Amino acid sequence: MSYRNDPYDPKQAALLAPEALEAAVADAEKAFAQAADLDALAALKPAHLGDRSPVSLARREIGSLPPAAKSDAGKRVNVARQAVQAAYDARHAELMADRAARVLVEERVDVTLPWSRRPRGARHPLTTLMEHMGDVFIGMGYDIVDGPQLELEWANFDALNIGPDNPVRGAMDTFYVDLPGLVMRTHTSPGQVRTMLNRQPPIYVVSPGRAYRTDELDATHSPVFHQIEGLVVDEGITMAHLRGTLDHFAKAMFGPDARTRWRPHYFPFTEPSAEFDVWFAQHRDGPRWVEWGGCGMVNPRVLTACGIDPARYSGFAFGMGVERTLMFRNGVSDMRDMVEGDVRFTTNFGMES
Amino acid sequence: MKTTLSWLREYVELPAGITASELDTALTNLGMEVESIVDQSATVLGDLVVGRVLTIEELTGFKKPIRFCTVDVGRDAPQEIVCGARNFAEGDLVVVILPGGELPGGFRIGARKTYGRNSNGMICSAAELGLSGDHSGIIVLPAGAPAPGTDARPVVGLDDVLIDVEITPDRGYEMSVRGIARELATYFAVGYTDPASGAAPGATADVPHPVVVEDTVGCDRFAARVVRGIDPSAQSPEWMQRRLIAAGIRAISLPVDITNYLMLEYGQPMHVFDLDRLRGGLVVRRAQPAEKLTTLDGVARELDAEDMVICDETGPISLAAVMGGETSEWQQGTVNVLLEAAHWDPVMVGRTARRHKLFSEAAKRWERGVDPQLPLVALQRAVEILTTHAGGTVDDRVLDIDHVVAPSPITLPASLPSRLIGLDYPADRVAELLARVGCQVTGEDELTVTPPSWRPDLLAPIDLVEEVARLGGYNDIPSVLPPAGSSNGLTPAQRQRRSIGRALAENGYVEVLSYPFVAPGTADALGLAANDPRRSAVRLTNPLSEEEPLLRTSLLAPLLGTLKRNLGRGRRDVALFETGTVFLPHLTATAPPALGVDRRPTDEEWAAANTIVPEQPWHLAVVLTGDLDPAGWWGDGRAAGWADAIEAARVAVAAAGIPASRVGVRAAEHAPWHPGRCAEILVDGNVIGHAGELHPSVLAAFDLPKRTSAAELDLDAIPAAPVIDAPRISTFPAALIDVALVLDRTVPAGDVHAALAEGAGELLESVALFDVYESEQLGEGKRSLAYKLTFRAPDRTLTSEETIAARDAAVALTASRFGATLRGA
Repeated sequence: MSYRNDPYDPKQAALLAPEALEAAVADAEKAFAQAADLDALAALKPAHLGDRSPVSLARREIGSLPPAAKSDAGKRVNVARQAVQAAYDARHAELMADRAARVLVEERVDVTLPWSRRPRGARHPLTTLMEHMGDVFIGMGYDIVDGPQLELEWANFDALNIGPDNPVRGAMDTFYVDLPGLVMRTHTSPGQVRTMLNRQPPIYVVSPGRAYRTDELDATHSPVFHQIEGLVVDEGITMAHLRGTLDHFAKAMFGPDARTRWRPHYFPFTEPSAEFDVWFAQHRDGPRWVEWGGCGMVNPRVLTACGIDPARYSGFAFGMGVERTLMFRNGVSDMRDMVEGDVRFTTNFGMES
Repeated sequence: MKTTLSWLREYVELPAGITASELDTALTNLGMEVESIVDQSATVLGDLVVGRVLTIEELTGFKKPIRFCTVDVGRDAPQEIVCGARNFAEGDLVVVILPGGELPGGFRIGARKTYGRNSNGMICSAAELGLSGDHSGIIVLPAGAPAPGTDARPVVGLDDVLIDVEITPDRGYEMSVRGIARELATYFAVGYTDPASGAAPGATADVPHPVVVEDTVGCDRFAARVVRGIDPSAQSPEWMQRRLIAAGIRAISLPVDITNYLMLEYGQPMHVFDLDRLRGGLVVRRAQPAEKLTTLDGVARELDAEDMVICDETGPISLAAVMGGETSEWQQGTVNVLLEAAHWDPVMVGRTARRHKLFSEAAKRWERGVDPQLPLVALQRAVEILTTHAGGTVDDRVLDIDHVVAPSPITLPASLPSRLIGLDYPADRVAELLARVGCQVTGEDELTVTPPSWRPDLLAPIDLVEEVARLGGYNDIPSVLPPAGSSNGLTPAQRQRRSIGRALAENGYVEVLSYPFVAPGTADALGLAANDPRRSAVRLTNPLSEEEPLLRTSLLAPLLGTLKRNLGRGRRDVALFETGTVFLPHLTATAPPALGVDRRPTDEEWAAANTIVPEQPWHLAVVLTGDLDPAGWWGDGRAAGWADAIEAARVAVAAAGIPASRVGVRAAEHAPWHPGRCAEILVDGNVIGHAGELHPSVLAAFDLPKRTSAAELDLDAIPAAPVIDAPRISTFPAALIDVALVLDRTVPAGDVHAALAEGAGELLESVALFDVYESEQLGEGKRSLAYKLTFRAPDRTLTSEETIAARDAAVALTASRFGATLRGA
């Protein structure tokens, strides 16, 4: 294209030359590309996009062009200006991204550093195990009941068909106190006696809690221990229901393989009575039967003493030691670990057992 | 109860190849607890043979006499054996274990050089073979024993299976070979011969010795036979001795061994008197108070009016059913004997045994119940064995004073077992199972069941139901869930205790479960005042430790002991909590009314009985020492102190669901806390416990670190958690104003906080104390408390005028109530 006939200053008009504009764009692109960081980029900006930059100066020349040439030149300048701006924006975005990435790298921390500013405490595994057991029974429609640990002798013994001549009532087995007619309960069953005295069937209760017997503390005995005992009294309750209940409870505690095995036994408060073992597949020494507790049909004499008509109602009862359960379930090898209160033992279990 | 398989086999036709494991299963399923089943033939391994001692050479020059023997063991050449025993002579038959064998306990026998000679094997004693505890020497076999080289196991009785079972207290009949054999016959459905089924002569008009039974309740049967002129040197036959030893009973003399043997076989305890030492006729009666008797164990006993005694003209000569007396018992040289077999009241025997702490084999059987129809049979058998082995003349006269009441028939609806067990037992099956245990059964729908004389435990229909279930097999009972109950879920108090436990654990406290036993000095160590109700504690009359006979009235003392144990094991930073009951006796202690068991106590009786039961509220206690927030790479730790204990109490009450607005904390003086660092914790204005730093003298008494802090709350005093109203969340902006108030240092911050909240009115959203400052400029006894007040309206943006007006109202109340001034104002 030739402008030779146009009346303009060729020196100024040279800035509008396509070659000049292309060169300006190329210079800017090159300069921006070489800007190492946002500060350098900012420093380059006036030279290429400022008032005195080649594209800005070229724009000023447009006014001196003849009208016919203005439009064409204007378009050229705009294209050039946009190209420079685009080059700037692209580089700016690039450098912003670089900086953001660098900040993330610089802010990297050692996530393995401990932050136990207030170490968590722990709940005793006997407590959490009793709660776990209780929750299973709540789900089966039972209430959780308790009674006094220093208990009426009548509720602990007589009402449970443990007559005055039963040897377990001797001071060799039972703690007596300096108040007449009271003992440290030897099982949690008196709590069930209290329940039967206070409500009529249907009765579905478990009583987890402390009991006392005059055993010296050693690896397998403790004078203070925990039991969970259950009692159901209703019309039509059978020993098959007892079995179903214990089997279900065993599965809930120990998984689908668990089940119970019964051995005839004698307890004054139940008849027929059984001791039962549970199939414990997770035993640390391999799957096996483990002695777990005692059970049976509530002796009609117990119902009578508690004001429940044995001709109309029948019931079952069962009980197991919580310490014993924790011992085989969690591999506790020494009773003393559970009673001494060493925080290392309890902390090991955390919030659940 | 210990016995042997061969003994049982005499009366029950057990399968020939029955294994120890099958026997174990059978006995277990019958309701006996199997202590052990030992196959003796497997206890000695290798060659155990009869040997004949050919030569004995006495070796000298050693610390003890040693013999070098040659023994014919049926091999080509005699065996050379060194032996330390001396109770044998050349020509004796002995028991030899040859090299390669192994004795019980894993003791292997080899050929070795000892005392300068070769010893190839060992001549055995009974103890070494596991036969008895008799260490007096090696076994010398009787002359008629099998030839050298024969397997010695059957010769010494090492071919039997030893059975040791625990019998439950309701089944006295199982305390005998007779009873166990009958049970096994039922279990395996095999033949059974009752050892007591033999004929025995009945009572004669004329008696062999005059006897009067004065108390036929204590003794409802007394039978006796007399044998004169027995050979006093006669020994018990070897088979009888072996069985006694297997049963754990020492062989003493033929007459005594016979009574023990028959006690084991029949379950009938018996007694043998030296007829010549009896002075006149016998009287069976209750002891008179303060009467005395020296029993066979050499103990002089003062008798109780409830004890039954057998007397002659000299007074008591036997503590009936439990133990004989020194003056009348068979002794060496006795030639004329009176054998007694009686039947005693089980309750009486149990009491006598416990009273005199004499738990003899006889007493164990009497207490559980003995067949009252055994005396004559047992006496006849005793007389037969005695005369067979010791000669003598049997007196034809038989004494039998019999007041035994026959067992009453029980009416059993045939459907009852099915109804209670949940497994179908047709009527004929019920009748068959009951017949197997010896009951006589008649009727169809309603069975009339007469228990056999040996089952005094069968009294009520439920006892028969148990027999049906047991013999039918417990493990056949189906597994069926009952109809579900209708649970109310956890009670409010149960929910609160769980929440509190979790909250404290999450806040760094470790739960412990201490014994509730405390020492009498605890009250002093805790610094309790003389009239502090916590000094009134229940005392165990039979504590395990005389040092800790009291039941805790506060959780703190046992908990401080647990804290100390942890410190003793090297921990420095310990925070513990415990929830448990304390025991608070009522001041008056009268015995509760006697309550029967044939009916429910009336409400009045029950209430009266319960008035004596001490209050046993649930408490919570925490103790903490060392750093609660430990030092770490982040910086220093923070020592636990009074404020943490109070905060633990606040956490617990909050976890119980009580809003902070209902909780109060104020200064208190209460043992065992530091009087200047103790807070009482209130809910709705009621004190529910205390928290703070423990008193320095208490810490000294318990030897605990300074600044150890604690809290104790009565959880039963915390009301049930309310249903919380939902807050209305305002989306309008908050206005924040800080105020610094100058007050007397004695004004509690908690009161200032409450006054600000009260004075600020409804626009106040929150008050937060952010600075506590004291300086000379403020003046003596003054301090500055700086609060951030946040105001917000539910329906508009507050103007600054409204906010300032509210702030001024808040400050004004603190000014009027506590004389507070605005700092810098």
